[in-house]
Amino acid sequence: MEMKKPVIKSIPYEEFKDNETLESLITELNKERTNVVVGALDDLINWGRSNSLWSLTFATSCCGIEFMSVGAARYDFARFGFEVTRNSPRQADLIMVAGTITHKMAPVLKRLYDQMAEPKYVVAVGGCAISGGPFKSSYHVLNGVDKIIPVDVYIPGCPPRPEAILYGMMQLQRKVKVEKFFGGVNRQQKSGDATEDYPIIITNVPQDITDKEREQ
Amino acid sequence: MNITFIPLSEFRPRMEALRQEKGMDFLRDIIGMDWGEEGIGAIYMLENSTTKENIAVATRTTDRENTIIPTVSDIWQIANMYEREVFDFFGVVFSGHPFMRRLYLRNDWVGYPLRKDYDESEALNPVRMFSEKNEEDYLHTLSPDGTITTTLDNSFDDKEYVINIGPQHPATHGVLRFRLSLEGEFIRKVDVHCGYIHRGIEKISEKYTYPQILALTDRLDYLSAHQNRHALCMCIEKAMGLEITDRTQYIRTIMDELQRIDSHLLFVSCAAMDLGALTAFIYGFRDREKLLDIFEEVTGGRLIQNYNTIGGVQADITSGFAGKVKEYCKYILGKLQEYNDVFTNNTITRKRMIDVGVLSKEDAISYGCTGGTGRASGWSCDVRKRHPYALYDKVDFKEVLYSKGDCYDRLRLRIDEIKESVKIINQLIDNIPEGDYKVKTKPIIRIPEGSYHAAVEGSRGEFGVFIESRGEKSPYRIKFRPMGLPLVASMHTLLKGCKIADLMAIGATLDYVIPDIDR
Repeated sequence: MEMKKPVIKSIPYEEFKDNETLESLITELNKERTNVVVGALDDLINWGRSNSLWSLTFATSCCGIEFMSVGAARYDFARFGFEVTRNSPRQADLIMVAGTITHKMAPVLKRLYDQMAEPKYVVAVGGCAISGGPFKSSYHVLNGVDKIIPVDVYIPGCPPRPEAILYGMMQLQRKVKVEKFFGGVNRQQKSGDATEDYPIIITNVPQDITDKEREQ
Repeated sequence: MNITFIPLSEFRPRMEALRQEKGMDFLRDIIGMDWGEEGIGAIYMLENSTTKENIAVATRTTDRENTIIPTVSDIWQIANMYEREVFDFFGVVFSGHPFMRRLYLRNDWVGYPLRKDYDESEALNPVRMFSEKNEEDYLHTLSPDGTITTTLDNSFDDKEYVINIGPQHPATHGVLRFRLSLEGEFIRKVDVHCGYIHRGIEKISEKYTYPQILALTDRLDYLSAHQNRHALCMCIEKAMGLEITDRTQYIRTIMDELQRIDSHLLFVSCAAMDLGALTAFIYGFRDREKLLDIFEEVTGGRLIQNYNTIGGVQADITSGFAGKVKEYCKYILGKLQEYNDVFTNNTITRKRMIDVGVLSKEDAISYGCTGGTGRASGWSCDVRKRHPYALYDKVDFKEVLYSKGDCYDRLRLRIDEIKESVKIINQLIDNIPEGDYKVKTKPIIRIPEGSYHAAVEGSRGEFGVFIESRGEKSPYRIKFRPMGLPLVASMHTLLKGCKIADLMAIGATLDYVIPDIDR
């Protein structure tokens, strides 16, 4: 079954930039032909997924305020199905990294990313998340979140305008639309992907549930 | 700025005397300093909250390995946090401090970044991708005679029920982290962890030229971007002896007040959102967008405007500016009633805010909680009145004061302050004089040797800039007084005995911005 172009209703295809990346994704998908039934289901599910992208509220600095503006009345991202923001990574589809990521925050961000369920996406919002931005030369700033987690869409700006954030989110929608869902993104995570360098050690376990007593 | 140096041996009695005899009850800031060969130490900026008398004292020691200075954390409560910051950046150990540990950086950080001999190499401090251990494992206490004893646990003991909130949590307004000890639903103890957005602005400023540093101030507290930049420009202009035109003063004052309205609108919206009133959030942002349109037209930026510059402002105001601002002022006054109807007078809001999180006036002064929080407690701490700058001594406005200091007062105060800001703008907007909007400066800006200080009233408190210059084109040391750190420090007192749900109301009404705390 042939894949079609990722269509967004409100903007013509030619007006998007970076169509080449998506087209290369499509040719890659078309190399291995898909079953008609699975392909049709893929299309249906991807249509649903792309129109209900729920983001994790993860705003560290200035870009977070612009993200709030996008959610408010004038820009209203509910029109595109992004209106639900989740506070728990378990329920989120994507993580909007809005703001500077510092050395102290980096392991926290990594853990949040690891806790999210597949398929998951990362949007780097603003100069700081992309490359360190104005704080690039600082001793405590991570120069780009793509050093620790894979990024799907970059939205430049300091902070990006709400229109830019919407545009970036629509690019993500298009990416979601050309993905192979069954046997593809829904089963991406392999065991061992999310291992931490440092295991979580629980200390001070109360006496009554120690291993010895459990055996008895 | 005159700094009186006190020898280390006399330091403690002299500080006590300043507090007791001179009534210096407001510790504005502690500025850690590395003077190079002259030693490492700290500058203490003190103020008498009734007479508004100012003094700056300093002490230093040449011992770089065992840098020990007596603590003042038992005299001023806020010193607890400030001293931890100095320890974090300079490695100065304050003897007698109850819990000396790092404030911003990780416990396993190597070196003290703001020392002049700090090694910035990646090898020493790579990005550590494992979780940070809690302080209990690392606790060092220093007795007054200088011996360090390491004990295991101090902040929380084994029997306490400790929960963690943050750094990724919607109610913390950014990346702040609390460790709470609970007894049922009641909070017994709170330990605040900062530094998740510490960007090292003060250190990178030492490498940048003065016009370059300007760009960083907007990103400290992005909701008082104008005021922050105003403070830095004012400090540099003061140091250079640069006279700025009347037109600039008018524009700056109007912009400061517009920014204050912007910030307070966001405050009301977010306080409402934290308590679950999403309608009020949408209302607040609707009105804020209209204000951002005005900003955008004049400055080109929405949230971060980069408008002030050394000697003036970046661009002249547009022809339609005055009309639009007047129209907006009229509009917003009408909308304030709507906020009161929807949110402030709402029964749920009243039940959740009245008598919750009461901060007494004494505590507000001792913690140095300036801005709306201090004024809600009845402390007249407005820099615009205390040390007038720009045009604030020429305009007529009232410093809004409440007396109780609970969450509800803090909320109503912000709404009243919007009215006062409108009053200030209305007095100025029709009288903007003709003239240059910018004074010509040399392409390379150098500041004569010395120490300089300037303060403005930011959206949420006193924002101060301290510059130590050695005559170079970049500062030797630059320090920004964070508006939010005292607010966060006071959380310990405010939360004790409150229910865990009150944390949202208290956190929202204290109105802190985390990148401003962490810098």
